[in-house]
Amino acid sequence: MQFGIFTVGDIAPDPTTGYTQSEAERISNMVRVAQRADEVGLDVFALGEHHNPPFVPSSPTTLLAHIAALTKQIMLSTSVTLITTNDPVKIAEDYAMLQHVAKGRLDLMVGRGNTVPVYPWFGKDIRNGVALALENYNLLHRLWREDVVDWEGGFRTALQGFTSTPRPLDDVPPFVWHGSIRTPEIAEQAAFYGNGYFANHVLAPNLHFKPLVDFYRERFEHYGHGSSDQAIVGLGGQAFIAKRSQDAVKTFRPYFEEYPVFKGSSLDDFMERTPLSVGSPQEVIDKTMTFQEGFGDYQRQLFALDGMALPVEMALEQVELLGTEVVPVLRKEMAARRAPGAPEAPTHASLVKEKYGDTEPRQPRPNPNRGDNLSGTSPYQDSAPEFRANFPLAV
Amino acid sequence: MTDSALATTDGPVRLVVITAGVSDPSSSRLLADRAAQKTIDLLREVGRSASVGVIELGPLAVDIAQAIVSGFPGTRLQAAIERLAAADAVIVSTPVYKAGISGLFKSFIDVLDNDLLIAKPVILAATAGTARHAMVADEQLRPLFAFLRALSAPTSLFAAPEDWGSPALSERIERAANELVLLLRSGVGQSIADSAWTGYQHQFAGNATRSDKAASDVDFSTDLMRLAAGGGLATPRQL
Repeated sequence: MQFGIFTVGDIAPDPTTGYTQSEAERISNMVRVAQRADEVGLDVFALGEHHNPPFVPSSPTTLLAHIAALTKQIMLSTSVTLITTNDPVKIAEDYAMLQHVAKGRLDLMVGRGNTVPVYPWFGKDIRNGVALALENYNLLHRLWREDVVDWEGGFRTALQGFTSTPRPLDDVPPFVWHGSIRTPEIAEQAAFYGNGYFANHVLAPNLHFKPLVDFYRERFEHYGHGSSDQAIVGLGGQAFIAKRSQDAVKTFRPYFEEYPVFKGSSLDDFMERTPLSVGSPQEVIDKTMTFQEGFGDYQRQLFALDGMALPVEMALEQVELLGTEVVPVLRKEMAARRAPGAPEAPTHASLVKEKYGDTEPRQPRPNPNRGDNLSGTSPYQDSAPEFRANFPLAV
Repeated sequence: MTDSALATTDGPVRLVVITAGVSDPSSSRLLADRAAQKTIDLLREVGRSASVGVIELGPLAVDIAQAIVSGFPGTRLQAAIERLAAADAVIVSTPVYKAGISGLFKSFIDVLDNDLLIAKPVILAATAGTARHAMVADEQLRPLFAFLRALSAPTSLFAAPEDWGSPALSERIERAANELVLLLRSGVGQSIADSAWTGYQHQFAGNATRSDKAASDVDFSTDLMRLAAGGGLATPRQL
């Protein structure tokens, strides 16, 4: 079971001081938060992608590459990578490169994004959002698994003889989660490929996402990837932790009730009705245990806890409390209740093992440049030598 | 006439009244109650019993506003939505404020799933302080319920102060109730939902009683589902 944090890189005025972090401050603060998460032994740091203020992470691979260089063990991920407005070819390239520099400590979550104007800014139409997400992922999936891709679809320029470089680390693509809160087609795609399914599990009533998670589990089994309880499920959540319950509520209340998304909402309602946990470490533990009870054994739990205008010292303290007081207990208690055979989320190491067993992973080495990718089965030296394309002679 | 729809329904016909009147007594509630009573009477004449549930929006005002802000209904509002979803027929009644339907009423409709009332027989009713607002039911409620794909009764109800003393109001109530009962007895709403449900837009695991709740309910033969399972679009398209 992996535990970690996810952030959307939001900026808002601190309601207690009026102070607004600059973009420069927020970016370096996110790096500090990720480093602290690494130090306290959390498993995952996931970064969102946004293309409008007041959010800063427009370029997740750049920031994650920097964080990769500053951290030792934490897995880096996204929450989410926009699979609709980004070119899937560029996603294939950027994230393969990131996977290399992070030495395999990378997976990613693809999602649609729901900010309407972002679509036209990138030349897309939100009304095609689901079809874009599905088709783009279908292409991404192939780009990471086939050295040479011919492809034609509804939304993007066709590809002929295209090789996405670099090939994934050890020729093993990063594991992919599909993030969705309401769309069975997205859960279906996750199930079809045997990928992970992630419900953000915020801003909605407790167990609201269960029907979709169950749908994904059932379809995962349908496609032969394993039994439904072996499907790879991730959940989000939101937490604010203090040693004493009443301090948590008192400190967090202005941050919650003044935050743009929650203005007019009641903290107490959200604590009662949604997966938001505000309280002592034990209260956060108890609430999180209800997730396992409700959704079955799952593989990844991410908490949003550095946003909502929290000053960085407070955010760092949250990470500390999560990593030292909450997660160790959750690990023990969830493991104790876990059904035998419930799988762990795939990692680069486990995927390499699955693909190669004890043999050495493939290390693609390109052939000398000859201006085409089409003369063999692949432009790499391990291209099947008996396969040769015949070209008409130029006159 | 065969009561195909009603014959298949166990127990009494479930009428649900939604009223946005906030005074006590409220003329919007009174108008809805009279329509409900007449509907019950007409159903009884054809041997059917009916139950009436009333959803008063006034006490839910804060819950409705909260749901609009937070994006999801609280417990009490969710219970009201579920009662409405289970209705066989609906009677809605709103006061007219500032030349339009009550904002509270519209806000309640705004938090409903788009497919909650598809092909559901509905009586539209409005009350106002002057007859100058007489078209509000037809000009505002009717398009609203057209958007919801409900089966609005051809006669809508409107009552200004002078109407409460007029037998013509009773005649219109009887006409609307009769239309509602005939819509119910014809089973046309149920037939539409039975045969064309997938043709409307739906939300997975939504509040509509027919909403897809599990994989076994889902149609996997759609273009998008084929695309999800690694297929291509049949033809590149602009949706």
